[in-house]
Amino acid sequence: MSKHTFSIGGVHPHDNKISRECPIEQLPLAPSVYLSVAQHIGAPSVPVVAVGDKVKVGQVIAEPGGFVGAFIHSSVSGTVKSIGPRADLAGRLSTHIEIAVEGDEWLEGIDTSDTLVTAIPEDPKAIIDKIRLGGVVGLGGATFPTHVKLSPPPGSKCERVIINGCECEPYLTSDFRTLLEKGEQVVVGAALLKKAMGDVPCTIAIEENKPEAIAHIREVIAKLGYSGIDVMVMKMMYPQGGEKQLIDAVMHRQVGSGALPISVGAVVQNVATALAVYDAVQKNKPIVDNSVTVTGECFPKQANLLVRVGTPLRYIIDYLGGVPEEAAKIISGGPMMGRAVANLDAATVKGTGALLFLTEKQTRRAPETHCIRCGKCADACPMGLEPFLLNKLSKAKDWDACEANAAQDCIECGCCLYSCPAQIPLLDNIRVGKGFVLSAIRARAAAAKAAAEAAKK
Amino acid sequence: MVNIIIWTIAVVTLLGLLLALVLFLVAKKFKVEEDPRIDEVEKVMPGANCGGCGFAGCRAFAEAAVKAPNLDSQFCPVGGNETMAKVAAILGYEVQAKAPQVAVVRCNGTCEARPKVNEYDGFSSCYVKSLLYTGDTGCSFGCLGCGDCVAACQFGALSMDPVTGLPVVDQGKCTACGACVKACPKRIIELRPQGPRGMREFVSCVNKEKGPVAKKACASACIGCGICAKTCTHEAIVFENNLAYIDPSKCKLCRECEAMCPTGAIHGVNFPKPLDKDAVKERIKMRQQKAKEAAESQKKEEKKDE
Repeated sequence: MSKHTFSIGGVHPHDNKISRECPIEQLPLAPSVYLSVAQHIGAPSVPVVAVGDKVKVGQVIAEPGGFVGAFIHSSVSGTVKSIGPRADLAGRLSTHIEIAVEGDEWLEGIDTSDTLVTAIPEDPKAIIDKIRLGGVVGLGGATFPTHVKLSPPPGSKCERVIINGCECEPYLTSDFRTLLEKGEQVVVGAALLKKAMGDVPCTIAIEENKPEAIAHIREVIAKLGYSGIDVMVMKMMYPQGGEKQLIDAVMHRQVGSGALPISVGAVVQNVATALAVYDAVQKNKPIVDNSVTVTGECFPKQANLLVRVGTPLRYIIDYLGGVPEEAAKIISGGPMMGRAVANLDAATVKGTGALLFLTEKQTRRAPETHCIRCGKCADACPMGLEPFLLNKLSKAKDWDACEANAAQDCIECGCCLYSCPAQIPLLDNIRVGKGFVLSAIRARAAAAKAAAEAAKK
Repeated sequence: MVNIIIWTIAVVTLLGLLLALVLFLVAKKFKVEEDPRIDEVEKVMPGANCGGCGFAGCRAFAEAAVKAPNLDSQFCPVGGNETMAKVAAILGYEVQAKAPQVAVVRCNGTCEARPKVNEYDGFSSCYVKSLLYTGDTGCSFGCLGCGDCVAACQFGALSMDPVTGLPVVDQGKCTACGACVKACPKRIIELRPQGPRGMREFVSCVNKEKGPVAKKACASACIGCGICAKTCTHEAIVFENNLAYIDPSKCKLCRECEAMCPTGAIHGVNFPKPLDKDAVKERIKMRQQKAKEAAESQKKEEKKDE
């Protein structure tokens, strides 16, 4: 079996998938859910319900604020209690729609049965439209609206759909469990995405540490008899689940700086997104829930939970027995790229994939020492950057040099920081430089646009 | 032996003279014509190269000043009016004296008033911290306490107070160059006029949250009650987004707002006497009563006229 991986950089942290044997379990409904109107990349959605309205599961409660935007559906049935600012995980305020749960009544037309619908609609446009109406966004973490990704700009053509089942972040197991338990649905979802992009070949990429999932998906593909969908076994390597890395690994093509994957003919969708696509197209079921891994060595009850969008984190944790005493840090997402949770009263969003509990010993940073010029960071960088240099330039506030050395291409995967023997906060400093470079690039683009418009007049 | 020494001296001297001549000729030929006033202006500049004026350094400021038709758009905050007067004298322009400014930290969320709700153990930089989240206290507007402003100050005028966790400005050293204002990701530090004998009154809070939320996060936050604006007889207090702001150009330093502020968010500094809140409150009360009586009597008179 040949194993594929991306060509430069990468690290190999221990995968720690301690919750891999936990089947996906339905979390009981919380007393209230809080649905953010800004849980995707793009313009925040506009609420279309008013306080006091009765809503059902799957009912649209907010409409997209622009082309790059997504519908938001009520994840529970009940009454809209309030619409107002509420703090998210990082403490930042955004508009949330609070719904008090009463029963569990689904909107008519949503198929909640378990029967597998394998017939693929003929019209790609109809598929994409259903995906749009289902509020589907990329569930790998970036939450980019899926229908936008599936509408390539004129002049570019998709040559391959890649379903990302790498789950390269340590600890996370929700995609693995989804592949095992809902493999049929994921494969049908992959077939739908393939159809939507004009019947291009489709690859489901799974890392070698999930042999059960690989065998199961192969079996399902054979059983369902779809042609043009294959499984690719990937070598374990972080950050293989990164879009650009995965395209490199599967198609041996490099996405240029600032370019989109479609520029090399690739569309990458996560396993959970494929499942959401299946639900939206075949079952008329919008995204109302997603699976969340709750894990960590210090957490007594590992679990993979099916959580309704907007459930407060505190409710999930209390259901599993509360925050363990040794836990010093709670991370939303994986240990490499996840964000620390500053506010447990925050609600889950469509992109919430995991809650990870780490102990003081696991999280405490060792004191920074001097760079010994070992070059490990440059070896580890999957984007081919020179983190030691960017670190220095960023500290010197030389933003032009940061741009010349492609700080804007950093994907913030943390490989440099992980590999640094001197514990230098490389990523933190590079992130500063990246922020300034990106704002400079945006300012230039805006100025160019304004100048072009002025020239027209 | 002597011959060798003489020859060496002669050859080296000759070489030196020859090269000097070449250098002289080259310098003559490729001389860059420069306005001599640039050097003169640079001489009177403080030479801190802090960038507070908006130019790369003192020489860049001097070059721009010589080229500009007047000095209206340029000001050296470090040298202040004295330096600007000298620059104007060299260039033959006129400048208007500007009120000297000083950096003011608009957050008084001490560790006591603003308890921590989580612990930050990431990279110690306010900018990085602000990228990650809103901070380790309940207030998402206040000081993050990592000291980016202290690092930005070239004059050693800022230091972190270990007790309050807030930066402190040393007025004697602050040149109002504005480096800290730019460095603070929360935009807490403001340049304000120094005021007569350093006396100034300001709202030491930037929290735009509604009252109850702000108060929950920080005991000394501006809760947007608006009492200060109602009390002020000089219309110096601008009230926007649940936050009061004292316009220094209108403030008469009567300290009435400071006495009335329920949370102590308004600070007065460098006043000779400590504020006697009760006396000021009494004074305000009397005045308001008088105004009320006057209004009533006026009403009565109006009625009589009818």
